[in-house]
Amino acid sequence: MYDAIVVGGGHAGCEATLALANMGFKTLLVSGSIDHIAMMPCNPHIGGSAKGIVVREIDALGGMMGKVADRTLLQMKMLNFSKGPAVRSLRAQGDKVTYPKEMQRLLKENKNVTLLEDMVEDLIVVDNVIHGVKLSGGEEISAKSVILTTGTYMKADILVGDTRTRSGPTNTRPSLYLSENLERLGFKILRLKTGTPPRVQRDTIDFSKTKMEPGDDKLYTFSFDDKPYYKVEEQEPCYLTYTTPLTHKIIRDNLTKSSMYGGIKEKLGTGPRYCPSIEDKIVRFADKERHQLFLEPESRYFDDIYIQGFSTSMPHDVQEEMVHSLPGLENAKILRYAYAIEYDAIDSRDLYPTLETKIVENLYTAGQINGTSGYEEAACQGLMAGINAGLKMKNEEPLILKRDEAYIGVLIDDLVTKGVRDPYRLLTSRAEYRLLLRSDNADLRLRKHGYRVGLINKEQYDRLINKEENIDLIIEELNNIKIKSEKSMSGIDFVKRTENSIFDIKDKFSKEYDELELEQAEIQIKYEGYIKKARKEAEKMRKLENKKIPVDIDYDKVPNLASEARVKLKEVRPMSFSQASRISGVNPSDIAILSVYMKRYFNEYK
Amino acid sequence: MYDTIAAISTAQGVGAISIVRISGDEALEIVNKIFDRNIYSFKSNTINYGHIIENGKVIDEVLISVFLAPKTYTKENIIEINTHGGISVTNKILELLLENGARLAEPGEFTKRAFLNGRIDLIEAESVMDLIDAKTESARKLAISGVEGRLSSKIKKLRDKALNLISNIEVNIDYPEYEDIEIMTIEDIKRFSNELNSEIDDLLKTSESGKLIKEGINTVIIGRPNVGKSSLLNRLLDEDKAIVTDIPGTTRDIVEGSIRINGVLINFLDTAGVRETTNTVEKIGVEKSLSLLDSASLVLLVLNNNEKLTDEDKDLLEKTKNKKRIIVVNKKDLDSKLILDLDHVSVSAENNDIEELLNKINELFKLDEINDGDMTYISNAREISLLKKAKKASNNLVEALNNNIPIDMLEIDIKNIIDYLGEVTGDSYDNELIDKIFSRFCLGK
Repeated sequence: MYDAIVVGGGHAGCEATLALANMGFKTLLVSGSIDHIAMMPCNPHIGGSAKGIVVREIDALGGMMGKVADRTLLQMKMLNFSKGPAVRSLRAQGDKVTYPKEMQRLLKENKNVTLLEDMVEDLIVVDNVIHGVKLSGGEEISAKSVILTTGTYMKADILVGDTRTRSGPTNTRPSLYLSENLERLGFKILRLKTGTPPRVQRDTIDFSKTKMEPGDDKLYTFSFDDKPYYKVEEQEPCYLTYTTPLTHKIIRDNLTKSSMYGGIKEKLGTGPRYCPSIEDKIVRFADKERHQLFLEPESRYFDDIYIQGFSTSMPHDVQEEMVHSLPGLENAKILRYAYAIEYDAIDSRDLYPTLETKIVENLYTAGQINGTSGYEEAACQGLMAGINAGLKMKNEEPLILKRDEAYIGVLIDDLVTKGVRDPYRLLTSRAEYRLLLRSDNADLRLRKHGYRVGLINKEQYDRLINKEENIDLIIEELNNIKIKSEKSMSGIDFVKRTENSIFDIKDKFSKEYDELELEQAEIQIKYEGYIKKARKEAEKMRKLENKKIPVDIDYDKVPNLASEARVKLKEVRPMSFSQASRISGVNPSDIAILSVYMKRYFNEYK
Repeated sequence: MYDTIAAISTAQGVGAISIVRISGDEALEIVNKIFDRNIYSFKSNTINYGHIIENGKVIDEVLISVFLAPKTYTKENIIEINTHGGISVTNKILELLLENGARLAEPGEFTKRAFLNGRIDLIEAESVMDLIDAKTESARKLAISGVEGRLSSKIKKLRDKALNLISNIEVNIDYPEYEDIEIMTIEDIKRFSNELNSEIDDLLKTSESGKLIKEGINTVIIGRPNVGKSSLLNRLLDEDKAIVTDIPGTTRDIVEGSIRINGVLINFLDTAGVRETTNTVEKIGVEKSLSLLDSASLVLLVLNNNEKLTDEDKDLLEKTKNKKRIIVVNKKDLDSKLILDLDHVSVSAENNDIEELLNKINELFKLDEINDGDMTYISNAREISLLKKAKKASNNLVEALNNNIPIDMLEIDIKNIIDYLGEVTGDSYDNELIDKIFSRFCLGK
């Protein structure tokens, strides 16, 4: 008997398992292949725009993705540095060999974690409560809670040209029956699709025909606890090349051979809009003469180079032609061909914001099964599902992050409120309060939550408190410091000016502060007006957030609701007025009517 | 709990006083911004004398009633501003409140709040709900119908430009390494901001109904000498303001007067009769008459029923054909010698028979509706305040640009612009942006 079973060992599964284990729960991780745990089947990045902030949020809460990435990365960049503090985001080039190894080590060394190589094909559910899982051989294992992180494995089909093969990525075993069993329990099943580009052999590429893209000169870490492990000069570069008119001709001439353009006759799953195949790009943006492609190393320990921007479902012979039409890749050897993969997911509106399903109690889902895409999106959901499953077992309040508190909050709220049409990727534009959700303040926003749930220890917590105090001290000192230029001004006014930096007057302080503390104080001072505006907006949302809607409300009994609103409210069953107001098709008048109804029938309700 | 709302609570039109009411958490804060005394020093349930000011200029001398939560009609802070009546002043005060953070109340919203805040007995629940349902529906329609045609398409175009701008910025942020997506430069944003400002100024200036409320209807009475323009003015004003003689060319300067129809001010300008003349004084008068045509919202072109159409008449008909005009055939009591196949009204200023003309003015400007539903009027205040807010955000944008504020901060102002413009036309933001990004740009790994 385990406290919890995590099904799937991808980025969601690893975080869920470690969160539960570190909260003290005996946790079983079932994976189709233990060697493949924490692998990166697609691009070699950890982080990126918005996603890098998520990795820092994971770290602030006590998750492991950031620390493992820091220990193994090949290259690091701070994206959008010049565009302002709110949109800065870290991106690491991960190592596809050492990243999984390090994550596997953490799992293996954790005394509360048990690893099992098998496939889960059914759930044991009694009276809508989870009791455990059933393995492919029929063996049953019981647990108090179960977290499904099946990734792309449920009824996975690999698509190349006109062939469809039931298989997980890189010839792994797919889950054959789990999605049917979920459907039987009452879950709505969606069919989604994603793709990956070809990998080519490093020493068959002529890099002189490409442009080198090195990492940043400054050292960074995702984690708030660690110092950088890498050296600036030891970073692996990426390279930039472009498609050619010949590439476009090859693709147009062979278009109908692509799985997506007629190669496969039956209806296909929905692919991600933000990550189109190269066929899509050439068809939809026909007037573009060339497309950028990045050649990215996948590891220090093997030779694969990932051609970012070149995902396709063309047959192998066409892929050969396509790759050889690229400058520098005329003689490149393809090590692994590109493919598209189709898989089953559930409708994320069947979830509570804790990621527990509304249909089966104590069953949680996280990652691609919920319709998202991306390692970081998966990892943060795994972490939150693990935390909330743990909190529930401890009879403690769940941890639901608000939209003004974390990108993780934005992501989960979008999932449970709006659902997904195509695989969901986090974008900075999805966060309406992104000025508050910065890379630099993830610890200030979230560490206290991590401490509350037991994933951040006392020492880490004390460091946070010390940092907060120092930031206050810096601001206080600045109020008293006088700077003499043309005319005398306070330190605050000096820092407020965009052309000045707090580091210009570093020696005026009574003691030496940490660089990050100074930077934090500077951001707070410089953008005070904007931050205040954002806070005011967020405050409005918070007020509505505090107005809860009882879970057992019968929307059919609410008079005067517009019929579309009634349907949507029944579907989503929002937890608060704020969530209700974000459902498309629910208008302010419906919210008012609902509010009136609450007064009428829940008289005690304020 | 809720945002702060404001509305004119008295019936539209001209009374001795009008009352503008504002309710909500921020009621005091907002009124304090436009009042010349410290409103926080007033006790609850008191009436206080002072002035409404804008940029240091006095708008009106008013009495302000302060009611502090919770013992008020809505259980929120309420302030009532007693103004000196008059549509333009009252409306101006409402506009100021909206500009400073209040939202225009939906019809029935004060009552709705009274209910939601538990002030009104629950027995009324069902009927109030019906009321909310009906009223919000009409409010929604109002928001959309308030702006039509040219205005709306202009605003939509501006909003679309803002959306394009922001989707460019977003793409640059979310896909920082895709060099072929146009990098949004400071210059692009400045250009947009300037364009937006001048368009909004233009909209505010030319918005026909906006002018109607603010300035009334400037009506120019024009015609050949001695067709009875001055008599007509005197009849319209119901007083002998203009000198009337049988001598053509009596009126050499502009004679003004105004009346109200359903509360809307109509300014009449009687002009010198238009004819070729050698008299210098009269000549200046004639030139002035013609130049007034340009700025007029309405032209009353007066013809004489008792005479045939002259070349001068024809010339005036031609000059005014693109204006909003009413052809007034005067002296209908005399023999009809005029042949005219254009739409016109017939009056006799001499016999005080001008009913047909008044009806026509009413019909042309939908003055009935202003009085009845106060819809045109109110939606206009809302529209104007939104456009002004958009302009303010646009000015913030320029200021921030000049201060080298990074692009992620600027976006707040651009988003505000989109929201305000969208509120005018009834478009909502929602998923538009993300759809736009994916439809416009070729992205991805």
